Amino acid sequence: MDRIPILKLGNFLLVTIQVDMYDQLAIALQDDLTSKIVQAGAKGVLIDISSLEVVDSFMGRMLANISEMTRVLDANTVVVGMRPAVAITLVELGLSLPGVQTALSVDKGMALLNAMREERPSEGLGEREPGAA
Amino acid sequence: MRCGRSGQVRDSVNGNLAQLRQIAVIGSEIIAIRTDSDIVQARHLVRRWSNQIQLSLIDQTKLVTASSELARNAMVYGGGGTLTIELVETSLRKGLKLTFEDKGPGIADVELAIRDGFTTGSGLGLGLGGAKRLVDEFYIDTKIGEGTRVTVYKWKQ
Repeated sequence: MDRIPILKLGNFLLVTIQVDMYDQLAIALQDDLTSKIVQAGAKGVLIDISSLEVVDSFMGRMLANISEMTRVLDANTVVVGMRPAVAITLVELGLSLPGVQTALSVDKGMALLNAMREERPSEGLGEREPGAA
Repeated sequence: MRCGRSGQVRDSVNGNLAQLRQIAVIGSEIIAIRTDSDIVQARHLVRRWSNQIQLSLIDQTKLVTASSELARNAMVYGGGGTLTIELVETSLRKGLKLTFEDKGPGIADVELAIRDGFTTGSGLGLGLGGAKRLVDEFYIDTKIGEGTRVTVYKWKQ
């Protein structure tokens, strides 16, 4: 089965979704991310969805789940690059994604993750290790 | 007689009124919905047809998202089914008519099924109600033990 690559960038994990999401792929990403956070000791997750033309309730729920899970694992998630049409559609669908931090670009998302990390200082930096799972 | 963008589930009288409109079918396509990748395919096709009638980007996104929800419903709750895409035209405008049909167990209480947050599965319960808000017209025809047919229209503004 396909997997969405998860890149390690310092203390953060970077996920760029560039393929059509289907449900099994979303579930796999959720699982991979949670184990990767623990394994890498990551403090933040950045999910770039700028390539996604559609986010339906299943994918919206996946984003909410990931945010929740990372929070429980002492990390933060920021979702970046949501297209305006996707945002409008999500809200109309009834999913306003409370609890999901968003930023307009990868740069701003990184800045947000750094700021959140300063607010919540914690010790251990993760082991450095090569990129994708 | 067509209701606004927050379309209602029509009773039979209104449903018949809807059918009285002169709607011509200009083109159509039908695909099976059985797997995850069929849902992806359904999104692609709906996107392509939406492009053809030059729906605005926001309307395209809404319709494709609604298709994703309804196709998933047909797969998960209906045990699979079909999607029929029709390019339709009245004297006033063009639009797309999408019909999702399954031969699943049917829906016992349609009003309840459309309500946000109601689900018999593990989802969020936004599928039907959410899809309804994303289209211009929304009809459900369901019979216990026989299946469900959801028909939606999106008109070019």
